Amino acid sequence: MVLNGGRGGGHHRLLVSGVAYELLRFAAMLALTLLGLIFITFLIGRVVPIDPVLAVVGDRASAETYARVREELGIDLPIHQQFWLYLGKVVQGDFGTSVITSQTVLHDLRQYFPATLELATAATLIGVLAGVPMGVIAATHRGRWIDHVTRIVGLVGYSMPVFWMGMVGLLVLYSWLDLVSGPGRLDIAYDGLVEPVTGLLTVDSALSGDWDVFRNALSHLVLPAGLLGYLTLAYISRMTRSFMLGQLNQEYILTARAKGVPERRVVWRHALGNIMVPLITVIALSYASLLEGAVLTETVFAWPGLGLYITRSLFNADMNAVLGGTLLIGAIFVCLNVFCDMLYRLLDPRART
Amino acid sequence: MRRLLLGLLLSATMLSSPVLAETPANTLVVAKNIDDIVTMDPAEIYELSNSEVAVNVYDRLMGLEIGDMANVAPKVAESYSVSEDGKVFTFRLKPDIKFHSGNPLTAEDVEFSLERVILLNLTPAYLFQALGWNQENVKDMVKVIDPLTLEFTVSEKYAPTYVLNLMSTVTSSIVDKKEALAHEKDGDMGHDWLKTNSAGSGAYSMRSWKANESVIMEANPDFRLGSPKIERVIIRHIPEGSAQRLLIEKGDVDIARNLTPDQIAGIAGNSDVVVETYPKATVYYLGLSQKVEVLRNPKVQEALRWLIDYQGMVDTFLKGQMKVHQAFWPSGFFASLEDTPYRLDVAKAKALLAEAGYPDGFKIQFDIANTQPYTAIAQSIQSTFGEAGIEVTINSAEVKQALTKYRARQQEMIYMYWGPDYLDPNANADSFASNPDNSDNSPSKPLAWRNSWDIPDITAETRAALQESDTEKRRQMYLDLQAKLQKSGPFINMFQESEQTVMRKNVKGFFSGPNADLVFYREVSK
Amino acid sequence: MSARAWLLSDMPGSRRQASLGQWYRNWLSFKGNPLAMTGLAVVVFLVLVAILAPILPLQSPTAQALADRLQPPSAAHWFGTDELGRDILSRIAWGARITLTIVIMVVVIVVPLGLLVGTVSGYVGGPLDIVLMRVTDIFMAFPRLVLALAFVAAIKPGLESAIIAIALTSWPPYARIARAETLTLRQADFVKAARLQGASPLRILWNHIVPLCTASVVVRMTLDMAGIILTAAGLGFLGLGAQPPLPEWGAMISTGRDYLLDQWWVATIPGLAIFVVSLGFNLLGDGLRDVLDPKRS
Repeated sequence: MVLNGGRGGGHHRLLVSGVAYELLRFAAMLALTLLGLIFITFLIGRVVPIDPVLAVVGDRASAETYARVREELGIDLPIHQQFWLYLGKVVQGDFGTSVITSQTVLHDLRQYFPATLELATAATLIGVLAGVPMGVIAATHRGRWIDHVTRIVGLVGYSMPVFWMGMVGLLVLYSWLDLVSGPGRLDIAYDGLVEPVTGLLTVDSALSGDWDVFRNALSHLVLPAGLLGYLTLAYISRMTRSFMLGQLNQEYILTARAKGVPERRVVWRHALGNIMVPLITVIALSYASLLEGAVLTETVFAWPGLGLYITRSLFNADMNAVLGGTLLIGAIFVCLNVFCDMLYRLLDPRART
Repeated sequence: MRRLLLGLLLSATMLSSPVLAETPANTLVVAKNIDDIVTMDPAEIYELSNSEVAVNVYDRLMGLEIGDMANVAPKVAESYSVSEDGKVFTFRLKPDIKFHSGNPLTAEDVEFSLERVILLNLTPAYLFQALGWNQENVKDMVKVIDPLTLEFTVSEKYAPTYVLNLMSTVTSSIVDKKEALAHEKDGDMGHDWLKTNSAGSGAYSMRSWKANESVIMEANPDFRLGSPKIERVIIRHIPEGSAQRLLIEKGDVDIARNLTPDQIAGIAGNSDVVVETYPKATVYYLGLSQKVEVLRNPKVQEALRWLIDYQGMVDTFLKGQMKVHQAFWPSGFFASLEDTPYRLDVAKAKALLAEAGYPDGFKIQFDIANTQPYTAIAQSIQSTFGEAGIEVTINSAEVKQALTKYRARQQEMIYMYWGPDYLDPNANADSFASNPDNSDNSPSKPLAWRNSWDIPDITAETRAALQESDTEKRRQMYLDLQAKLQKSGPFINMFQESEQTVMRKNVKGFFSGPNADLVFYREVSK
Repeated sequence: MSARAWLLSDMPGSRRQASLGQWYRNWLSFKGNPLAMTGLAVVVFLVLVAILAPILPLQSPTAQALADRLQPPSAAHWFGTDELGRDILSRIAWGARITLTIVIMVVVIVVPLGLLVGTVSGYVGGPLDIVLMRVTDIFMAFPRLVLALAFVAAIKPGLESAIIAIALTSWPPYARIARAETLTLRQADFVKAARLQGASPLRILWNHIVPLCTASVVVRMTLDMAGIILTAAGLGFLGLGAQPPLPEWGAMISTGRDYLLDQWWVATIPGLAIFVVSLGFNLLGDGLRDVLDPKRS
């Protein structure tokens, strides 16, 4: 799952001159992928049968108004011209204005992305903190009950319709048991009390020492993050188990055991240490997919995140917003990939030439 | 490991127990789906949720006030007069009205506000363009006589109630000229700034609007009718009825606006909340495109009118939020046609279809929006049409997608709604019963055009009714038009909406009028 | 000699015996795994229900009875009725057909596409490899749901477009797997031998490489089926899947969520159906992987 070639390929290339080459390659890859993304998004904008003017002027505007807006949006230009115009602006850091929020796309992304970031990060933390130990224990107890439990927990996680679990979770934990807070990121009473710094409500409130807001934000976060965290856990525990099984039969482990190194140390230090690189890759990819914005979870929890933003923009043919969101996600994806790629080269002796 | 998990779970639970179970005493918290808001500039506002904010933030020359939803009365205006020939309207303004900024409200602000609608040429500009105003002449048509007197001219003689109704729309909201111009950019008359800010003189000022998150309004103690009772109103975007229900039952919000009839039924036993019903002016209809040959057949049209289970739907999944209404102008207003002659009668419909030459029915495509209750209504229609052999294929899509198709006249049959822009019958007649140009590149796209219904005679009747100044005659003209469209033509008017609002029982004084721009928060207390 | 002994023979007398023996051994090891067998049972049950839905003694999945709407589970309606008074049991059974159709159609599109791109890219290498992998990257970097949503909206909402959209977003990983396998196989002796004998690249790809890649692709596919079901349900949930009145499970949840508090069965039962079927596919896939691809289990 590494960007430049996956297992087996790609790592055996000549190192021309370290950093400079890497940077160049990274830049080229980022640029190429983003160009591709913009292009496809443009095509989508072309074929989606929703009139973008409708989102601006509504259904009853006069022909004059309609024509003026159509011209302003530049929809009648040939698509390659639109493409270059957009590109020119993006290079200057201008992502345009969203027609449905009346704000610049950058402003919107700054508002919506932190919500997604907070949810994705919390979910990944849960997934990693619980998933990695589970996977390791399952591997060391292969075939025993704890292994089966881990397997079932994982498979159940893979099989849950998350929007449905969200609804049921809200019903039980919020409505009946009152253990968590309801939809949204904060109760009204706490809205706007904390100055946004990072946009992550838990972090901002902790920074300003406002613990009431912190508790409230956390109580809203627990359920959606727990659900997504469970999905992540399912994935990560399985991958950890499988990587660990691969290591535990290796000679160096057997040697270490023979030498009398305590089993705990063999497992948690040696074996786990050796699977760090592929494990981090797996974690990074799952994090990237969460950062895409979980549209369904966001719908159920009224969570104002990136997924909802892009979806809603798409259905209003608000292509500036869709392009901006897509580019952000694409860039994150490429960067995480490159990060993992570098990790391989730095840490994995086999990948060094 | 287990201990770790248990510990995590416990600490998460303890940390997260909600602290407050109620909303602050000086704040009204409203749960509503506000994803339709795209702007807050009154010259551009056109959607439902922002109209609702605008009526609380901006004042108008004329309008309806709580207590009388039938007669348009002066608001900012103290009095008005209409010239003999019906073309010149003069308004005398109330003195001592102040904007939120502290600036006095004068005739100059009114002039600015009316002119900028035409000059900016945004969505609702068509409302004023109908008065014969355009970018070239509007500066001559609208004039300041003195600081408290405004005069404007319309190009033809219209029924005065029609013109006064236009002066009571959101579009006629009076904007603080000084404030708007202080934020002007490239000659945009403050448009860019007003999209996300407010400069009005209404009961509330808008503190913030965050798309898909919230609108926050603060009380204006100097409001023309006195200071509002509650200091702050927060409208929070909660798209799902089920989520709104959870919040209102918990007391996390004071008012929930988008519960479905079944959700309302579900809270019937809860004594902490009350449900109020407010009739609305929005009507729902089935449109039959006259491009489709079979739908042009009058017998088929009549047969279809007998193939809808109006009452069955209203008694079940639409209960309390729709009533059967079979005319294009909603009931409860001037010139409403109240009778509902059609009900489900499959035998009669089959006979009519046989007479029309379609004893075995036919196939038809049906476009709808992909949300409830549209999908349920569509499936009910599909099922009853099926009983007469008509095979309906449903195409459900995002509402904008369905509208795009509709405006391109590519649909065969569509289920849609129509809300009048102002409460004069012309608002609906002008769309249902008027089609000045049926060609594909017609500048206007009224509903009759969208259904390819070429009706020069009816269009002329609609025009005549608009210009009739004798109220009684005018009423009769609209009743005749409605009766005509009820019996034939491409529109099967089915329902009229009611809003059911759920409130915590301590909330008093909320008022929701027949149109979105008649929702008032200033009397609310709790 | 019993059939069993013949199949398990250490010294098979023919290639056919060897290969059948291998299959039989796989089956034995699969059979010994209760979880996998449970998965198989669920999937077989799903297939049976889907095939038999028209002849089972069920009520019509589309017949409405507004007077009987939102009835709780009872003898007349085992799973209750929905908002239009339709029998949920029958809708679930008919919905199985839709789910199965989606799964099969997506597989039919994705596997050949992924194999084609992956094997060609890996075998030919050079600029073509770079181009194909860059395209794969772009598709992988694209927000999946956005692509699917856009696609569905672009054609027209419905079952067919949902299937194509899901396929469109799920082929890249297969291309990657196939490419990785091809890269290792390309240097294998038997491929070299075939090349020396003058076999055309097309022939080598088709006869030698594709069959060997298929195993890992199929394992991945079985594990992905649950994902396909969930994505389809997600599209249905957003109102972009099968059109009403088709009883698609995701769409049923979507309607049912309005009734969750008072009529739990309307949303819960299709939710459970999705969950059980996904779990079935996952258990099956997991078991298959243990058998077919032990190094990665």
